[in-house]
Amino acid sequence: MAIVETKGLTYTYPIGTKPAFEDVSIEIQKGEFVILTGPSGCGKTTLCRCFNGLIPHFYNGEIKGEATVAGLRTTEHPIHELAQHVGLVFQDPENQLFSLSVEKDVGFGLENLGTAREEIRRKVDWALKITGTYELKDRAPYELSGGQQQRVAIASVLAMQPEVIVLDEPTSFLDPLGAKTIFEVISNLNKNLGITIILVEHRLDLAARYANRVIIMDKGKIVLNGDPRVVFSSDEAQTIGVGVPKVAMLFQFLKTHGVALSRVPLSSEEAAEAIREALAHD
Amino acid sequence: MIEVQDIYYTYQNGFEALKGVSLKIQKGQFIAVMGQNGAGKTTLVKHFNGLLKPTKGTVLVDGVDTRKVSIATLARKVGFVFQNPDRQLFCETVEDEIAFALKNFGYSDENIKKRVDWALNILDLVQYRKVSPFMLSGGERKRVALASVLAWDPEIIVLDEPTIGQDSQQKERLRQFIVQLNRQEKAVIIVTHDIEFVAEIKPRIVLMAQGKIIAEGEASEILTNAELANQSSLVVPEIAQIFKSLRDLGFDGNITDVYEGGKAILEKFGENR
Repeated sequence: MAIVETKGLTYTYPIGTKPAFEDVSIEIQKGEFVILTGPSGCGKTTLCRCFNGLIPHFYNGEIKGEATVAGLRTTEHPIHELAQHVGLVFQDPENQLFSLSVEKDVGFGLENLGTAREEIRRKVDWALKITGTYELKDRAPYELSGGQQQRVAIASVLAMQPEVIVLDEPTSFLDPLGAKTIFEVISNLNKNLGITIILVEHRLDLAARYANRVIIMDKGKIVLNGDPRVVFSSDEAQTIGVGVPKVAMLFQFLKTHGVALSRVPLSSEEAAEAIREALAHD
Repeated sequence: MIEVQDIYYTYQNGFEALKGVSLKIQKGQFIAVMGQNGAGKTTLVKHFNGLLKPTKGTVLVDGVDTRKVSIATLARKVGFVFQNPDRQLFCETVEDEIAFALKNFGYSDENIKKRVDWALNILDLVQYRKVSPFMLSGGERKRVALASVLAWDPEIIVLDEPTIGQDSQQKERLRQFIVQLNRQEKAVIIVTHDIEFVAEIKPRIVLMAQGKIIAEGEASEILTNAELANQSSLVVPEIAQIFKSLRDLGFDGNITDVYEGGKAILEKFGENR
């Protein structure tokens, strides 16, 4: 059974004149790492808000079709119940962190659920260790660098042990090294813990290699949905104006000029290998 | 155009953000100031329009010491677009927003109209003329902020993190736009973390760390230097990584963009045949 599923999902904001997205049907299986991308205003952030029930419970508006997460219809279950299955990490970690210490922030969700003290401690320590923020636990979130803050924000959703984590452009405000670390942390959650990841991103050069699937939205609709190597080498992806990874653009450039690499690379390592191989066989 | 002479800057809380920075910016130059958060990048560029005055040292804009002129006078020469457009926008419509500074500068109504139309046009905002900036998306608000600065035609334009929240088409538009400004002999300075953007358009790079400039030079030299990247929380761009690891095949390890990279590979295939 799919862990995240939407069927003919259409949503219009209360002040909107036309739907933010329309007729979206997707199925995401447990353990997938999905990148969701598309030009600004394509509806991807809005779609993410459906996964944890922010839409329709918080934003109201008009919703048609259905969204199911971990077997729960999001229209029928309250946000706090959905939050135990889906964690949402926002673009700007400052919007998510507010406590006096990192440890308190990470434990906040569990406290709200009335979790036993010992269990909170155990889960918080676990989440801090996995995200590499354990040594920061007594610090105030505002003292941390953007990259550290974002890792704490991830820890705070991880502590709830959700099956799905949705991240909405989590690296926009980070420097490249900070961004790289975040992608590695997310990838480890996916590989080692089997957590399903839905990552909304514009900058795909560092993220593409971790995904097993890419969904591209444009003007409120899903236009491409599949294997990253297929999606990024398609003509549509190039024309829609998503940040196709540079290594995939290089593949495309070579192909148009008569040099075929053995596969579409998703990282510089893969690209270098493919070029080396092609030259050796030439 | 801008001459920064050994400046130091200490914030009121005692944080020394700049520790002896010197830099010259010429007409028509395109410069990217890069480096880790807290390296002093934004502090440095805020000296260009007099928003900050150095604690020690001197900043000259067109030969004039920024301490000796008002921000209002400097603003005509140096346009500044903030990282967060919401710090800059406050009018009820996009059109009013763009006209605001022009009115302050005392331009005639006719001139204002001409300039507003031009700015709306060039940043693809015509359809939003009568719309409140706050109804627009983050990326669109950023374009409004840029339009309102360009409208008064400053000689030097400083853009703080212009690519955040912009998709690849908008980034391409921004790139073309900067090239156009450079052609008009305007200096464009961007503060950015967007390594892949910079790798494609190759401005001159000023790399900062801990309040100092640690390197300055062409993009192809600076971006491909792994040690410098590490010191400033950057990563070597993907295309550059490929060519660095293919050096043993005789490739130039300083290639940073797709087009040049592609050409180099095609040439290699040509030699083989």
